Amino acid sequence: MLRTLTVIHALGLMLMVFSLAYLMPILTSLIYDDGTLNDFVLTMVWTLASGILMWLLTRRYQSELSIRHGYLLAVTMWTAMPAFATIPLLLVIKDLSFTDAYFETMSGLTTTGATVLSGLDALPPAINIWRHELNWLGGMGIIVLAVAVLPLLGIGGRQLFKAETPGPMKDSALTPRITETARNLWLVYLGITIACIVSLKAVGMTWLDAICHAFAAMGLGGFSTHDANVGYFNSPAIEFVLILFMLLAAMNFATHFLVWREKNLRLYLRDAEAVAMITLILSSCLGIALFLWWQGTYPNFWIALRYASFNLVSIATDCGFNSVDFNQWPTFAPMWMLLLSCVTASSGSTGGGIKMLRTLVLFKQAGREFRRLLHPTVINPMKIGGSVVANNIVFAVLGFIFLYFMVVVSLTFALLISGLDLISAFSAILACINNAGPGLGVVGPAGNYSVLSDFQTWVCTLAMLIGRLEIFTVLILFTPHFWRR
Amino acid sequence: MKILILGAGQVGSTVAESLVGESNDITVVDSDGEKLRQLQDRLDLRTLTGNAAHPSVLEQAGIADTDILLAVTQSDEVNLVACKLAASLYNTPTRIARIRGADYLARKEIFSADNFCVNFSISPERILTEYIVKLIEFPEALQVLEFGGGKVSLVAVRAFEGGSLVGHPLSFLRTHMPQVKTRIAAIFRKDRPLTPQGDTVVQDGDEIFFIAATDNIRTVLHEMRRKVKRCKRVMIVGGGNIGCRLAKALERDYQVKLIEYNKKSCEKIAGELTHTLILNGDGTDEKLLKQEHVGDVDVFCALTNDDENNIMSALLAKQGGARKVIALINRSAYVDLVQGGKIDIALSPAQVTIGSLLTYVRQGDVAVVHSLRRGAAEALELVVHGDRQSSRVVGRRIDEIDLPQGATIGAIVRNNKEVIMGNHDVVIEAEDHIILFVVDKAMVHKVEKLFQVGLGFF
Repeated sequence: MLRTLTVIHALGLMLMVFSLAYLMPILTSLIYDDGTLNDFVLTMVWTLASGILMWLLTRRYQSELSIRHGYLLAVTMWTAMPAFATIPLLLVIKDLSFTDAYFETMSGLTTTGATVLSGLDALPPAINIWRHELNWLGGMGIIVLAVAVLPLLGIGGRQLFKAETPGPMKDSALTPRITETARNLWLVYLGITIACIVSLKAVGMTWLDAICHAFAAMGLGGFSTHDANVGYFNSPAIEFVLILFMLLAAMNFATHFLVWREKNLRLYLRDAEAVAMITLILSSCLGIALFLWWQGTYPNFWIALRYASFNLVSIATDCGFNSVDFNQWPTFAPMWMLLLSCVTASSGSTGGGIKMLRTLVLFKQAGREFRRLLHPTVINPMKIGGSVVANNIVFAVLGFIFLYFMVVVSLTFALLISGLDLISAFSAILACINNAGPGLGVVGPAGNYSVLSDFQTWVCTLAMLIGRLEIFTVLILFTPHFWRR
Repeated sequence: MKILILGAGQVGSTVAESLVGESNDITVVDSDGEKLRQLQDRLDLRTLTGNAAHPSVLEQAGIADTDILLAVTQSDEVNLVACKLAASLYNTPTRIARIRGADYLARKEIFSADNFCVNFSISPERILTEYIVKLIEFPEALQVLEFGGGKVSLVAVRAFEGGSLVGHPLSFLRTHMPQVKTRIAAIFRKDRPLTPQGDTVVQDGDEIFFIAATDNIRTVLHEMRRKVKRCKRVMIVGGGNIGCRLAKALERDYQVKLIEYNKKSCEKIAGELTHTLILNGDGTDEKLLKQEHVGDVDVFCALTNDDENNIMSALLAKQGGARKVIALINRSAYVDLVQGGKIDIALSPAQVTIGSLLTYVRQGDVAVVHSLRRGAAEALELVVHGDRQSSRVVGRRIDEIDLPQGATIGAIVRNNKEVIMGNHDVVIEAEDHIILFVVDKAMVHKVEKLFQVGLGFF
């Protein structure tokens, strides 16, 4: 119990900081005069007050945070912040249930980008900015969590980033201190975001749209200000810019930081994950485009390539933008995209899923087994990016992947019990646990998650949380050992 | 000459043994008194026990009037410090250090006069690795040695029934392939040297040394032996310094399997190598060898630290059907015992690497020295200076030069690009690089004298 109070103390501090985030919608509201000013100011005060209250009341329990606190804090942060973030939505949008509002903000902060709202074009600008800001903040939080905090905990082989970071990170630990590392990564994140906003404005978006879509692209969230999503703009230039920035956001931000510090673009080539990701995405784009052309979905290859590449990159990187209803494509294409969403994003990016690093580990482990069968006495340690990966990390990765599939299967069954059809249930869970966004069937790009019942919405919300916090972080709270002294 | 050798290990004692016969004053320093005593029992030299990097020890060893310092201890750091001390405290003219660490070798400025003051650095492991790589590249050859910056090679090969030259006189070579320039430098029949003449008939089992431009080696080799297919599969036993380096050098172009007994070393090697298949096991375990298809192996190299194990695993591999087996053997008695038997090549690391040290010790302008036939013979690359007056070589035809019996001029590299075979009517010019073959080491001294520039030159 005392442990919980220590965590609440830290959470209070977090909420105080989080309340600053309302400044952006407040500013937007002032500019556009959309009548939501009071609601946001009120929310900010409430959030700040609750934060201060929590902090003051538990002051006596302030102490150094241990590893166990770390798990608990990560989970409470990612559940409490969406809860507070629902307040403006509930105040502004009448007849929105808390379930749906919580789904929406969770989807925002976990950078999933699945939405239950419709009539997005008519929403007040401040609300739209708020939704997208959640995407962006979620991305920011996950980068630090992934690069600075999770490695310390060693979740699912994440310690790869601590001592035995593959590739470019090995010869230059980013910076010696976590806070310094976090600050640098945020600066990189901020820098790329600003570049994205400017580029989007340059290819024809309004400032509001540019900021919103840049936030969604960098966080790999995938919220849009339009019901038709990116399809609303119908502009190849915008799609191209977004593809570029989605790919950047799906790479390890630590690599971006090193490239920027060393002023050496070659470092991208030494990042095994980035290379594998780009190869996989490029070949898939070409393959799917050829497939769609061959199937006659589009009249010529170039049109097929345009739609295939935008939607495929968006789903594969777990962003979730869409420009057409790819649910209408022959089943192979969206299924392949969904599969990519599980594996493509790099660790240390804002994307979700299994992550490319773990996929590489899995493939290499399979290769090792084959070799061992042929040469029983062989010694072949796993190597990624030229450095050896210890066996205990391989086991951690295997454990992670097993749990990942168990969670997918059990949550899919939960949706099936509640009466959803298989394709919709399976794709909804995959899209949520990978933090991708749109699924197939009723939750496809044309529809949205508002068709789900309350129970189904909560299941999807849980999937997003579990996926975002790398499964172990959430599930460990449900083990008796965690609560034992 | 006064020579100070630091370190009485494999390299140190071999070089001492080789130099002591050439009327040099030699002092050997080592921290292990037992090793020194053994050395002193055998050879006529002075020894001193102590840390080779301490100035007091160096002074006692007489570094003040030493001409050449050879720092060949096991430790790179001791060797570097000794060279630095010799340069800054005692002004020793020539300082040679043995350096193993690739990290040091990668940064040449470490050896400069501002830093560790090493005139020449030698790396026995690297020389040995390059030597074995050559043997694998030319699986028919017993030895492949380069001269003139790699333009000319001296190749040792055993003539076998079926090679087109066998049973013919040497002059047949010229009529058989007039376009390829080559020269037979020496023939050893039953370990005794023959002076190669035009009418010498090559017999089955002769060890032939020929000199040719490096590009032509393959063509000439085919004259001596039946055509053999290129080598693809290599198996190495022993993942020590040499085994690991060799695997690294070969793994891009060949299929390499490396067997190492120690599991920890296996893991360490596996971290460094990418394509090599690393197996944990005993190189003398015939089941393991069979399981890994030793019969399909083109070259089998036994490179552990243990002579007996190397001989045994090489014999097992040969029996299992490996095409060519190489065994690393430190003890010189074993080398003579084994060479030419079932094991194709018995490699003595000391003999392979000593040449590079001798290069710096020899008088006159010597570019390369290779020690041959376990130190009995020598091949040298000499640079000639002066003119007809000051030198006894320059401006003369080869048959006018008063070469001692048993020394032959194999080839000449002119202006660093033109390769001329040492026929009797070639006229030597100043700055030519002459590749000489000396069948008996006792004559090296005479040859050196002959090629030195007379006093008039200065």
